[in-house]
Amino acid sequence: MTLTSSIQSPEATAARTERVEAAAYRIRHYALNMGEVQGQGYVGQALGAAEMFAVVYADQLRYRAEDPEWEARDRFLLSTGHYAIGHYAALAEAGIVPVAELDSYGSDDSRLPMSGMSTYTPGMEISGGSLGHGLTIAVGTALGLRYQGSEARVYNFLSDGELDEGSTWEAAMGAHHHQLGNLTAMVDINALQADGKTDTVLRTEPVADKWAACGWFVQRVDGNDMGALLAAFDAAAAQAAPEGRPSVILCDTKVGRGVPLLENREKAHFMRIEEHEWQICREQLTAGYEGETK
Amino acid sequence: MIASFADPGQKTAPAPFGHALVKAAQENDKIVGLTADLGKYTDMHIFAQAYPERFFQMGMAEQLLFGAAAGMAQTGLIPFASTYSVFAARRAYDFLCLDAAEPNLNVNIVGGLPGLTTGYGPSHQATEDMAIFRGMPNLTIVDPCDSVDIEQAVPQLAASEGPTYLRLLRGNVPTVLDEYGYTFELGKAKVLRDGADVVLVSSGLMTMRALQAAKDLAVHNVDVAVVHTPTIKPFDAETVLTEINTDRLIVTLENHTVIGGLFETVAAEVVKAGLGKRIVPIALPDEFLHAGALPTLHERYGLSLDRIINTVLSELEV
Repeated sequence: MTLTSSIQSPEATAARTERVEAAAYRIRHYALNMGEVQGQGYVGQALGAAEMFAVVYADQLRYRAEDPEWEARDRFLLSTGHYAIGHYAALAEAGIVPVAELDSYGSDDSRLPMSGMSTYTPGMEISGGSLGHGLTIAVGTALGLRYQGSEARVYNFLSDGELDEGSTWEAAMGAHHHQLGNLTAMVDINALQADGKTDTVLRTEPVADKWAACGWFVQRVDGNDMGALLAAFDAAAAQAAPEGRPSVILCDTKVGRGVPLLENREKAHFMRIEEHEWQICREQLTAGYEGETK
Repeated sequence: MIASFADPGQKTAPAPFGHALVKAAQENDKIVGLTADLGKYTDMHIFAQAYPERFFQMGMAEQLLFGAAAGMAQTGLIPFASTYSVFAARRAYDFLCLDAAEPNLNVNIVGGLPGLTTGYGPSHQATEDMAIFRGMPNLTIVDPCDSVDIEQAVPQLAASEGPTYLRLLRGNVPTVLDEYGYTFELGKAKVLRDGADVVLVSSGLMTMRALQAAKDLAVHNVDVAVVHTPTIKPFDAETVLTEINTDRLIVTLENHTVIGGLFETVAAEVVKAGLGKRIVPIALPDEFLHAGALPTLHERYGLSLDRIINTVLSELEV
């Protein structure tokens, strides 16, 4: 079980933060390596959401790496199938997918297709990609687990672009109606979608007010601030009850985070990165990480 | 008042789906029920009353209904999720396709008002549901004739792996097939009666009409066989082609548009087998149908008993 920060010493908190930050660094590194295989992809989103993936897999989720279908596992549903590159990196970090297998990303007969598919990848609970599905499935998963007496929790990862989809709000209402305290949603708010900035495509703000109006326990944090993220997950867990409020953690993130070369790309939604740039990206990532940790 | 296609005085059974689901649930605690604000109108209320803790109301939110059903199936439960066919097929297709069919989960879709079973007009008439659903890989499609079909189908749908779609007949549903020594077998067509002159291949409530037409045509000295094909996908081509491969007049009857349903299913099998047979379709036209009284609409669009008899007689040039 996760320890809440209130009962952790400052040293323990620092050690925990450092451990999960190291996981986020490796997730970014794996994502860059996979991106290089295809020369392009949703690398920017994986970099931006690396802390979110790291918190889940290195701190929150109860799972067995050697038995991804362990019945009592917590479920992590990747609604944004596009973010699969980030999820594969996290699955490698978790030991569910061998690190060496990441080299097959997006290739013929690979278990790691460009968009997340449950039938392909161990540890991938749903086939996302058609957006706005994840939270509806998560509602059923949470209901089904609770009905069967399981204490497993359900985490659903969605993006701010998915807030355009009406089904997300059907599910938000349903989760509240059924008092799914075993459900936590996390929204990657990078304020960017396929046709441009979110506020020019379909304005979704005020996001927190909308979730609160649907009856959820709402927190909004800097999604690239590991300390803030951990505290938010702890607070969500602390208020969870079997017949309680579902939680949402709204995470403001920056596309390309951790790699300055990519943070400022104008065309950031689906990145094309030149052959010679991948090594530069890795070096910038490592320099930044080591600089922060020194 | 629920519109009924039962004939006056006809033997009926109340809410056969709801009662069959309760019976199946008694034997299998994995079965759960869901609906999208149409429990009372899809006979799901019978289950909800019997097993309130196993019933989940999803509100008027069909995407949530089927996404949640898929999530429940992933945890090992066997959900039956009901709404009207129009909302399942037109509104929630993506959720059924990607969340249930692609991972081949045991999600059972129960669609009320299939084809022309309401006079409410195109918003409620699912005249093209089979055309839409036949293209979905992994999905089993069942078009039951009567209460016997429904009662026997429900436990088989629960027991079968993968998603299913049941074209629901609700309320007081006619009981017809008990007189024919019939049992429903998922994936099987059944020859209900033999006849020398005409073969009627039918599904859904049109099998009831086909059987009545066969009786009435006997008065005209026309000997009619009836083949009931309640499972539209996977389709029992073997049984149907055996009946078709003769010199008799072949007529398909379906409560569905002539595009993409039973007629085209049979036609495709005939062509694949190289039989070169002419088939006369009795089906709804390729148009948005009018609102009105159900008997009037069945007469107008060719599904009534009189229209079936006239079609057969004119084809035979009797």
